[in-house]
Amino acid sequence: MKNTVVAIAIMGMGVSFAQAQEVVKIGGVAPLTGNISHLGKDLENGSRMALEEANAQGIEIGGKKVKFEFIGEDDQADPRVGTTVAQRLVDQDVKGIVGHLNSGTSIPASRIYDQAGIPMISPASTNPTFTQQGFAGVFRTIANDIQQGTAIGQFSVEKLGAKKLAIIDDRTAYGQGLADETEKAAKAAGAEVVAREFTSNNATDFNAILTKIRAANPDVIFFGGMDAQGGPMLRQLKQLGISAKFITGDGGCSPEMIRLAGDGINENVYCSMPGVPLAKMPGAAAFLERYKARFNADVQVYSPYAYDAANALVKAMQAAGSTDPAKYTPEIKKLNFPGVTGTVSFDDKGDIRGGAVTVYQFKGGDWSAM
Amino acid sequence: METLLQQLINGLTIGSVYALVALGYTMVYGILGLINFAHGDLVMVGALSALQTMMFLMGVAPGMSPIAMLTLALLVAMPVCMMLGFTMERLAYRRLRNAPRLAPLITAIGMSFLLQTIAMILWGRSYHTFPQLISTTPLQPIAGVFITPVQIAILITSALIMVALILLVTRTRVGRAMRATAENHKVASLMGVDTNAVIAMTFVVGAALAAVAGVMFASNYGIAHYGMGFMPGLKAFTAAVLGGIGNLGGAMLGGITLGLVESFGAGYIEDLSFGFLNSSYQDIFAFIILGLVLIFRPTGLLGERVSDRA
Repeated sequence: MKNTVVAIAIMGMGVSFAQAQEVVKIGGVAPLTGNISHLGKDLENGSRMALEEANAQGIEIGGKKVKFEFIGEDDQADPRVGTTVAQRLVDQDVKGIVGHLNSGTSIPASRIYDQAGIPMISPASTNPTFTQQGFAGVFRTIANDIQQGTAIGQFSVEKLGAKKLAIIDDRTAYGQGLADETEKAAKAAGAEVVAREFTSNNATDFNAILTKIRAANPDVIFFGGMDAQGGPMLRQLKQLGISAKFITGDGGCSPEMIRLAGDGINENVYCSMPGVPLAKMPGAAAFLERYKARFNADVQVYSPYAYDAANALVKAMQAAGSTDPAKYTPEIKKLNFPGVTGTVSFDDKGDIRGGAVTVYQFKGGDWSAM
Repeated sequence: METLLQQLINGLTIGSVYALVALGYTMVYGILGLINFAHGDLVMVGALSALQTMMFLMGVAPGMSPIAMLTLALLVAMPVCMMLGFTMERLAYRRLRNAPRLAPLITAIGMSFLLQTIAMILWGRSYHTFPQLISTTPLQPIAGVFITPVQIAILITSALIMVALILLVTRTRVGRAMRATAENHKVASLMGVDTNAVIAMTFVVGAALAAVAGVMFASNYGIAHYGMGFMPGLKAFTAAVLGGIGNLGGAMLGGITLGLVESFGAGYIEDLSFGFLNSSYQDIFAFIILGLVLIFRPTGLLGERVSDRA
């Protein structure tokens, strides 16, 4: 009996020596439970796929074969849970992070990763503050809200012909930030902001502020917030007989928005999304096919950005010839490679260069890219 | 002027929903001195069980007329809430009737969480669209004021229900028993009133009103989800305090007043404060009014001076 145990132990050692490869842990964080869990799972799949492909190619870093191990965590879109799982990943000695999804979780978590010296690349957080905290290892592969707000403001004035703009936001970091940037851009493009109103991210009644807006008679109404408010807001616009054009950011650019708006949505409704539509991404066709084959699911929003983010980590490690975060983080800044979503290269702060924004119009029952 | 009138309509609509919910709070408080924080969640259960019924009916009888469907949905939602109200009282609050005041209060908060969590498990976390069986397309505007058939239905239904409730309390035997129990339930029971049954009845009636309020709320906004009862519940509780908790007329007045204050507050706070405050402070406006009323009339608008019960 004793002999068998020893024999197995020796066999085990033999196997591990024979492999002689370094295991590199990469953490992935997104909300995997809750009402945006479908987006979180999509994000996680993107990073997982990139690392599996890197393993299949048998990548060598600094002359040694490495094996990437993906550790997925659920932050429940909650800032407190976000920092807890961030600490857990740091304790597990991960070498890099792909995540988080929400700006509200990415920002507090980034401090923990920064203290541990681990780089993080978010494929989804768009709040400008995220990359403005002065952390060397913070990057994102998606356009930020300054870029998005500017695009919305310009689009409203130039394409929708807004002379008088009304702005509503939900007082969250995301909604307020996006509304401020939109206001700035619209004013710069020559529009007048005739009303600036506020609501909250758990409100359902907007009649009072919409009535006030109606009195100001705007051509275009912008809403900075999520689909759960945007949908009912569209219904109430119709009930109050307001026919101004309506535009909102990525928070309202979802199938859910269409469902919740019921008969309140029409071709006067627009929304914007950071990034380009899947069909226009350079590497989309092949990516979609591999994604479908691996996960038997459709790409939602963030998986291509997560795929590029995970690849950015791998490529920076290869360039540095090391998996040590202190050594390879500077290399992330120097990257310039063709990703699925476009060319991946970061500016000094860590924002993606040339982050694109696409505006969609509601047409024939769905969002269609303009 | 048309903005003013429109804000009036907005305020009355939301105010009458608050009033219906506030009645449930105030009836229970009047009789037991208990603030039933789970009452707001009955609004949610009412809306979601009506939604479930409508989905079922649309499946089995797609050609059914909208009014019949809405009536059937209400006929399911109301008993569901009534049974729930009865069960809550029987299982949780009755055992604590002689416990220190904090115990039933904490239990009520716990009940609220319990109901929300169960609803979350049953109906999921996402927002549901609520079929708008009464049209939400505005009628021909009168003097620039838009009103929808569903808003008219809400105003009429809640007015009728309030009148019926007042008749129930002031003109019937059950109502007399309720008033007697509220006055002093030991003495009432000595006089032959079955106070347990009366208290259960109060919960049941309040729950039925909450179910109606839930269906009205969801029909007006076209959405329903497991957390939808929280805000109207809180607002209705405020309304009940504003009107004088324990007083039926007060709950109605408080509800309507709160709806109007909110609506006018959001609409005019910026002009009234010369641009210093804006609509993100609309709730502050409501609470300033509440504060002022309570400073000058601690028992609320219609509350009577009550001596402490021994």
